[in-house]
Amino acid sequence: MNLPILSLVTFVPLLGALAILLMPKPNSARWIALGTTIVVFVLSLVMWAGFNPANPGFQLVEKMNWLGGGISYHMGVDGISMLFVVLTAGLMPFCIAASWESVETRVAEYMIAFLVLETMMIGVFCALDLVLFYVLFEGGLIPMFLIIGIWGGKQRVYASFKFFLYTFIGSVLMLLAIMSMYWYSGTTDIVTLLNGVHFPAHMQTWLWLAFFASFAVKMPMWPVHTWLPDAHVEAPTAGSVILAGILLKMGGYGFLRFSVPMFPSATEMFAPLVFTMSIVAIIYTSLVALAQEDMKKLIAYSSVAHMGFVTMGIFTLTHQGVEGGIFQMLSHGVVSGALFLCVGVVYDRMHTREIAAYGGLVSRMPLYAACFMVFTLANVGLPGTSGFIGEFLTMLGAYLHNSSLAIFSATGVILSAAYALFLYRRIIFGALVKPSLQAIEDLTAREITLLAPLVVITIALGFYPKPVLDVTTPAVAKLIADNKTALALDHTKVVAELHKGAGR
Amino acid sequence: MSLQTDLLVLLPELILAIGAMALLLTGAIGGEKTAPLVSWGAIALLIASGVATVMGPDNVSAFHNAFIADGFSRFAKVLILTGAALSVLLADEFFAAEKVSRFELPVLMLLATLGMLLMVSASSFLSLYMGLELQSLALYVLAAFNRDHLRSTEAGLKYFVLGALSSGMLLYGISLIYGFTGSVDFSAIAAVTHAGTPGLGIIFGIVFLISGLAFKVSAVPFHMWTPDVYEGAPTPVTAYFATAAKVAALCLFLRAILTPFPDLIHQWRQIIVFISVLSMALGAVAAIGQTNIKRLMAYSSIGHMGYALLGLAAGTALGARGVLIYLAIYVFTNLGVFACIQAMKRGGKAVENISDLAGLARTDLKLAVVFSMLFLSLAGLPPLAGFFGKFYVFLAAIQAGLFIPAVLGVLASTVGLVYYLKVVKVMFFDEPAPGFDPVTGIGSKAIMVLSGLVALLFIFAASPVITAADAAAKALLP
Repeated sequence: MNLPILSLVTFVPLLGALAILLMPKPNSARWIALGTTIVVFVLSLVMWAGFNPANPGFQLVEKMNWLGGGISYHMGVDGISMLFVVLTAGLMPFCIAASWESVETRVAEYMIAFLVLETMMIGVFCALDLVLFYVLFEGGLIPMFLIIGIWGGKQRVYASFKFFLYTFIGSVLMLLAIMSMYWYSGTTDIVTLLNGVHFPAHMQTWLWLAFFASFAVKMPMWPVHTWLPDAHVEAPTAGSVILAGILLKMGGYGFLRFSVPMFPSATEMFAPLVFTMSIVAIIYTSLVALAQEDMKKLIAYSSVAHMGFVTMGIFTLTHQGVEGGIFQMLSHGVVSGALFLCVGVVYDRMHTREIAAYGGLVSRMPLYAACFMVFTLANVGLPGTSGFIGEFLTMLGAYLHNSSLAIFSATGVILSAAYALFLYRRIIFGALVKPSLQAIEDLTAREITLLAPLVVITIALGFYPKPVLDVTTPAVAKLIADNKTALALDHTKVVAELHKGAGR
Repeated sequence: MSLQTDLLVLLPELILAIGAMALLLTGAIGGEKTAPLVSWGAIALLIASGVATVMGPDNVSAFHNAFIADGFSRFAKVLILTGAALSVLLADEFFAAEKVSRFELPVLMLLATLGMLLMVSASSFLSLYMGLELQSLALYVLAAFNRDHLRSTEAGLKYFVLGALSSGMLLYGISLIYGFTGSVDFSAIAAVTHAGTPGLGIIFGIVFLISGLAFKVSAVPFHMWTPDVYEGAPTPVTAYFATAAKVAALCLFLRAILTPFPDLIHQWRQIIVFISVLSMALGAVAAIGQTNIKRLMAYSSIGHMGYALLGLAAGTALGARGVLIYLAIYVFTNLGVFACIQAMKRGGKAVENISDLAGLARTDLKLAVVFSMLFLSLAGLPPLAGFFGKFYVFLAAIQAGLFIPAVLGVLASTVGLVYYLKVVKVMFFDEPAPGFDPVTGIGSKAIMVLSGLVALLFIFAASPVITAADAAAKALLP
């Protein structure tokens, strides 16, 4: 099959945006956007069908000349990136549907911004050229900036600027690192760089730090996470879903794609730093989440804590840890997205996100309470939900690497149960005494169709994670094996240099 | 070499020189009603000169090596002529809307353009100075063109006094270089500096030369005239300053440093790095507080010159390539921005405050989209064109080992992002101010569409531009 499926998945959203440009009526814009995202999702499933899980290398590769001089338009997916494409394409229809009624002003522009953003996000996971990756990685900032700034809450200007500047400053340092890599190796082709380019150890250190600056902000890791709560609180519901579901995953994906395989010595050297930051993130942000008064802010802080598990898992460089990290990202993409949708449901009715304004919703909204319960428990990591698999695997990896690491991170699990259940109790349980809540309605048909598939996925993946793990296992095994070889090579080089120094 | 072949080399310049005289006569005899005719005649001449540039001979010199026509000068000339032609188009509509018709303006622009063409072709310091002064004298008058406006006359006077000072410094530098090398010819100087250790006199000469040239490209610390001139001059004239004049000055800078002094790179590089970093930083920081959009553009251009100079500091063909790509994108983006600024009119009167743009996305979405796209392109955000300009300059800087200036540069671009985003925020997030008058001029609309398309679609068509710039840079530094 010679269909350029990855280019299709990436650029069909742009066609949708063009179509909206030609028919900018609000209702046609909504339908075009929904249709486009569903088509893209179907295309991504076609891509999954054409993907051979047994092959650990890049598949469905497309390559074209682009800028010349070793910089080309190169697309392809492997077991690490493929499921992120499916996740992105899968979440987008939910975002469009969630904005169906809540976005009333400038609908056409809103839909265009989301479709452009989808192109950028999918492209990031498919790109096999560093410059192409960078262009798409940064290109997503503009539509997100507009989404937060135009359709956001009261502090939207502050939040959108903070979001933009934080992520931008990390990324430009990565750009300089990309240029250095280009001059060292003569190419920005990721496949070439992964197979057979070894950067000298001192250079790895600087390159690793530059990439870290970008991905740590995006992830976000403590202490550069402060843009996230603001952005989440001010963004419209669909914007929060995309932020938590996809944009944060780009950081973890970057670590897996670049930092770990390309700079193995630096990764080994900086792993303790990453562990420390992850543990602080897990414990500290969980405590901060306990004290939040705003539902979205609470979920935002819990995202930071969950991403702490991911970074910890990735940098243990054990099979379980890395695979757990990937699984945790995918699961968190679904669960946190669903949680933000749940917040959106009550926000659309009451127009407040303050926890204190709610209470006792179970008596008027039983269906809602049930859905919210599933996602809360998945967020906690209850066995039987998708959240458990990822958390368990990362902690297993951490235990293999260093047992005290596992002990600290296990504390985070307890704390996450505390803040998540505390949130649930305050909103759903108790007596329905607030007069403003007396007339609140349960889920509408649209909201049920929105949440039901997510409930199913969350539980299904909790009991049967095999489809996901089948895809990731060969790629992760290759990643770890390559890492070991490269490390050994670097060590022999260092030893040889020491011998030379001693002989002199 | 016969006079005939010499003249053929300078055919693009000759077309402009003779044509400008003819148009001046037409205007003087026919009076003010001939103004549109003169404008369109000027555009036709600029196009004809462009055709002559592209079709003309390659790699030849004329008048005892005083002028040279090579790939580099051709690339620069095409950019200059494009900037000039579109600025004349803007000016025609600007003055038609103001109900004053002045045939002198296109003629002056033609003369300034002639000077610029000579500048980028010059291969000796004497012909360089000749072209530079022809350009400068015409620009002084252009800056003060709104002679009944206090701002405009002030701008002209300031520009003249500071420009004369810088010309003096430049001449002083040239005389020192001549005194210590015995020649004004670029290649002869290169041979002298290649042969032996440079005397202190040459270094002094280079310092003065760079100071004079830094004035012309408005690099820090010689940038003070820029905001006042940008603000005071009529908008199309500002567009002309920001595009054609900048290209000419920067290309001249490249040739006048790289051709005669390739062996003194360690001496002049530190100065270029210094003014480059300062320009980037000042351009970014000082623009944040501006309320007038033209002053904002002035500081933005100071910053942009800083980025371009980083390519010069690399001192390699790759650096020159980066500068040329940067300038090509910069010209189109800036023309679009000034076309948008010219469209900022309320009840027939031009408004220039950033706050006047409030909520433009709701009163005129198309204008707002083009305007903000160009601003984000200037900020260097991918996937817009401006990113690739910065990319190739920084690529060359990294290759030359200029890591610290490059890091400072990207940090400055983050700071600069604040004011570009601020304008986008005013247009898209704020509550709307009363709408602008609808854009009537076909020319302005065409320029906006053209520059918008360049900003948006450059990513797909980058390869030919890069190849052309590569060839041009290799002509300069084989």
